[in-house]
Amino acid sequence: MSQTVERVWAELERLSDPEIPVLSLREMGILRDVRETADGVEVVITPTYSGCPAMAQIEDDVRQTLQSLGVPARVVTRLAPAWTTDWMSETAHEKLRAYGIAPPQGRCAEAAVAAPAAERVLRFVRGAGQGAPGVACPRCGSLHTVETSHFGSTACKALYKCLDCQEPFDHFKPY
Amino acid sequence: MSATTTTTDVTIDYLLHLADNAVVLGQRNAEWCGHGPVIEEDLAMANISLDLIGQARLLYQQTAARMGGDVTEDTLAYFRDDTQFRNYTLLELPHHGPLVGYARTDRDYATTIVRNFLYSALMVLVWEALQRSCDDELAAIAAKSLKETRYHLRHARDWLVRMGDGTDESHARAQAALDHLMPYTQEFWADSPVEAAAAAFGLGVDVKTLRPAWDAIVDDALAEATLKRSAATGYVTQGKNGLHSEHLGYLLAEMQCLARAHPGAQW
Repeated sequence: MSQTVERVWAELERLSDPEIPVLSLREMGILRDVRETADGVEVVITPTYSGCPAMAQIEDDVRQTLQSLGVPARVVTRLAPAWTTDWMSETAHEKLRAYGIAPPQGRCAEAAVAAPAAERVLRFVRGAGQGAPGVACPRCGSLHTVETSHFGSTACKALYKCLDCQEPFDHFKPY
Repeated sequence: MSATTTTTDVTIDYLLHLADNAVVLGQRNAEWCGHGPVIEEDLAMANISLDLIGQARLLYQQTAARMGGDVTEDTLAYFRDDTQFRNYTLLELPHHGPLVGYARTDRDYATTIVRNFLYSALMVLVWEALQRSCDDELAAIAAKSLKETRYHLRHARDWLVRMGDGTDESHARAQAALDHLMPYTQEFWADSPVEAAAAAFGLGVDVKTLRPAWDAIVDDALAEATLKRSAATGYVTQGKNGLHSEHLGYLLAEMQCLARAHPGAQW
């Protein structure tokens, strides 16, 4: 890795998701790559939800950081492969928990290849209303929790309630 | 199709059909923003609308890139008239039973939920299939949209069951909404030259092949909701071919008026 690329990675590491300030863009899986091109540096980002209002802010933040570094750089948006919560590391999960958000459960990629299309869709929706199994309360760790709403403050989260410590909390939905 | 129709023309029309579906339902559902029956549902509708409008933006951006010239995602959304839209008629209907376009009445959440259910049940299958489109950009958008549409279906199905298998009042309203909207689903399977051409060269999906899977999702949910599957008979709407109900004009007037009053305005 060249020094410039290293410097850009280090600088961009300081940028966080505006909605989830405890995670860096790299930890979120949004910042995919920094590479050297003939005329500077190219930063590759992959958007989360199609309509996520934070994405515009994230792009602006990346641009501004690159500008302040004085490195001729451009930001490239890459859609495929689609962003997935599978890209969040165990460290990222731990930070989410400490912040009060239950991290996504399970691996989407494995669930997606297990069955043929129509069956998969049916299986996914069956049992709706019960929430994902095994969502632990980020405060007391209890698995005795219930989903109160499919959507929370943002599209990526659902509202849950812990039936032991009685605290409501956000769950980052697997995507 | 005229003999001079190219794959680029078909791609543009097909992308517009998908984008218009998303933007029109996104606009409709956003009417609940600030008016939801409970705050959780207010948030749910706002979030679902954001997903739909986000999907529409990605699709319009792709369309604009292929059309070239001065076309942008904004000109496609804000400066086309109702006859140029290619969305299903189902998606432009107001949140209540059959009334003329200028009539005003309370919104009915059962209508909202039943529509979202019927449409999301189709779109999980469409997006699933479009992941294998010969067009890389469309395949990428499909892979993203599938993840979001699964949550939309889950939300709508859950409420459908709660309403259908709920009180006498909620059951009656869910059944009435189903009776009202089911005939509009005939349009899903109606012939469309654009869809046929798109499926023929591997860009699109032949929706008719998805019908058994859609039926299975619908029947499974209706059984759990103790609702009776309404007949899908009568006039077959043609919104995807550009023939719309009067409701689309009112919807677009609200959606487009600001952009048209101040063309090219910047924040």
